[in-house]
Amino acid sequence: MQNLTQTIQAIPLNHYILLSAIIFSIGVIGVLVRRNAIVIFMSVELMLNAVNLLLTAFSVYRGDAAGQVFVFFIMALAAAEVAIGLAIIVMIYRNTNSIDINVLNRLKW
Amino acid sequence: MEKYIWLIPLLPLAGFIINGLGRNTLSKGVIGFIASALVFASFVLSVATFMQVKESGAVNDTIFNWFEVGFVKIPFSFMIDQLSSIMLLIITGVGFLIHLYSVGYMHDDAGFGKFFAYLNLFVFFMLLLVMGSNYLIMFIGWEGVGLCSYLLIGFWYTNPSYADAAKKAFVMNRIGDLGFLLGIFFIFTTFRSIGYNDVFAKATALHASGTDFTLITILLFVGAVGKSAQLPLFTWLPDAMAGPTPVSALIHAATMVTAGIYMVARSNILFSLAPHTMEVIAIVGLATAAFAALIALTQTDIKKVLAYSTVSQLGYMFLGLGVGAYTGAFFHVLTHAFFKALLFLGAGSVIHAVSGEQDMRNMGGLKGTLKITFITMMIGTIAISGIPPFAGFFSKDEILAAAYAHNPTYYVIGVITAMLTSFYMFRMMYLTFYGKFRGTHEQEHHLHESPSTMTIPLIVLAVLSIVGGFLGVPAALGGHHWLHQYLSPVFEGSVKVLGEHELSSSTEFLLMGVSVAGALLALGYAWNKYVKDGHVPVSDTEERPALANLSYHKFYIDELYDNIIRKPLDWLSTFFYNVVEKMGIDDIVNGIGKGTIETSKGLRLLQTGNVGFYIFMMVVGIIAILVYSFISIPGLK
Repeated sequence: MQNLTQTIQAIPLNHYILLSAIIFSIGVIGVLVRRNAIVIFMSVELMLNAVNLLLTAFSVYRGDAAGQVFVFFIMALAAAEVAIGLAIIVMIYRNTNSIDINVLNRLKW
Repeated sequence: MEKYIWLIPLLPLAGFIINGLGRNTLSKGVIGFIASALVFASFVLSVATFMQVKESGAVNDTIFNWFEVGFVKIPFSFMIDQLSSIMLLIITGVGFLIHLYSVGYMHDDAGFGKFFAYLNLFVFFMLLLVMGSNYLIMFIGWEGVGLCSYLLIGFWYTNPSYADAAKKAFVMNRIGDLGFLLGIFFIFTTFRSIGYNDVFAKATALHASGTDFTLITILLFVGAVGKSAQLPLFTWLPDAMAGPTPVSALIHAATMVTAGIYMVARSNILFSLAPHTMEVIAIVGLATAAFAALIALTQTDIKKVLAYSTVSQLGYMFLGLGVGAYTGAFFHVLTHAFFKALLFLGAGSVIHAVSGEQDMRNMGGLKGTLKITFITMMIGTIAISGIPPFAGFFSKDEILAAAYAHNPTYYVIGVITAMLTSFYMFRMMYLTFYGKFRGTHEQEHHLHESPSTMTIPLIVLAVLSIVGGFLGVPAALGGHHWLHQYLSPVFEGSVKVLGEHELSSSTEFLLMGVSVAGALLALGYAWNKYVKDGHVPVSDTEERPALANLSYHKFYIDELYDNIIRKPLDWLSTFFYNVVEKMGIDDIVNGIGKGTIETSKGLRLLQTGNVGFYIFMMVVGIIAILVYSFISIPGLK
């Protein structure tokens, strides 16, 4: 355990932050540009996990377990969200025979 | 006695409530009895109060504390001093006689109950006006009598011209009331109080430090001009004759129209300290007296003659006030209340006899059938013409003497007006009672003397018109001028400021001689013209000499007001309606509405329904929030 911590701390914190930011941005861009609902969903997961990564990294560097506790909460939440989100997508597919979000263009006046 | 003062106004109010609620259920006899009896009870109480004031000076009574805000404390309280005690006697005394007369006069009218309810309400407000111990209570009464005047002028409201006359009176009075109200405001800001005693005490002190009261007194006078029908607001009073004749006698001759004089006399110290206002009052009064007398010369409606004569006599009273003869002016209020009420009631009796006819050209020769009316009216006419020893002589001469002491020009105009008064009053008498009857046969057949409820008030008032003058016999004629002595506490402060001008007895004799000779001369001329030559005013279709025409048409004052006030107002209203309202305000309001619709139309296009776009906007928003919170972290810049 001591060894793992040291290994993680061997890499500078900046690198973790940069990696998380990149993954998060990929997630955002994925949400914005893709039309497939499942891909968008996966992009959202990317964003969540980028945050998780950052939280664990901070946690290790500060020697404080609270960050990792948050990560567990987020993972549990993400699991619940996936269950509901996928169910919605299944319902959309049943109704429209498509999972292209541009089909859902009735959300207007 | 002090404990019962509040009953004096309360009794007529009770009469108003009883008669107002029971106007359809109570019988005429009961209504008439309640109304007259309650006013008579007030009269008895007034006499008792008068006796007490005579014994021990002014009586104060606070009924309750009306309101209190900060340092402003307005009690609802009464103050009966020498001035108001005499007003009380006039209002309740003459008021009672007129109530009695109305029982006979209005007997066949469908609105009998309503009439007496209004009449009682009027007496209530008039009593409030004179009894209040501060300007606010006077103002309540002031507005109240205006309301009752409106209701009673328009009593026969189904006739549109009567209803118009009522509205005219109301609007004209409103102009004056505004002045009065502003005057009260200025009094309040100047003296920090509106109680009479406070204000008058402070006025004397403040004047020593050079405060000018001209503005306050001019505003108060504007109020008096409206209520007492002076130039230029007098035109409502002749039109007010549309009301039943007892109303003309009570409201538009004896009491309400003298409210303006009462108010000025009440505030005499303020006026005495404002010499410019005094001059204005004297000139307005004199001009009104002369002007109204000129109009009265050619009128053919018996009530119109009396109406203009009232305006003219009110002008005299203001002349008296203006030259500082407060007692004289008030003396004239008193005597005028007697003989003018008498003349109006007499005219009512005449109108009653000739089945509602008011045009003197269709009367004549009535002295045989209407004996009591004729004799009493003749007494009234002699009294108003200023022929000794009747009431009008003493009061009028006191005013004229004071006018002479102030400025002989005023005296000359005053005497000429007195001659005109004598002429038109005797002209009225001769046209009505002498010669041959000029009406229809049916009217002639109907001629009858009025019932005793109508003639008794006439006789009482005639007696008062004869003896009323002896209340104020001047020293020059060996009298003591009881009224002057009685009222002296009220006018004490003013006398100190103005000083007392004494005329020598011989001058006074000369002045009296001139005015009496003038009146007799005019009398003789009228006799010559209307009795000896049997002259009758021409009918409306025939030509008149230019001057007579001018007078007959009231100097076209109504037309003048129509042209310089109503028509420009009309024009301005049309202009505002068509241009400002339709093109300005309408456009702004509609523009706001249209603008909202158009912007909404544009904005709703933002909602495309595209989920991707929504998400994009959400991200943009989040980034914006991030950037904002980033730059707003202190110490980061």
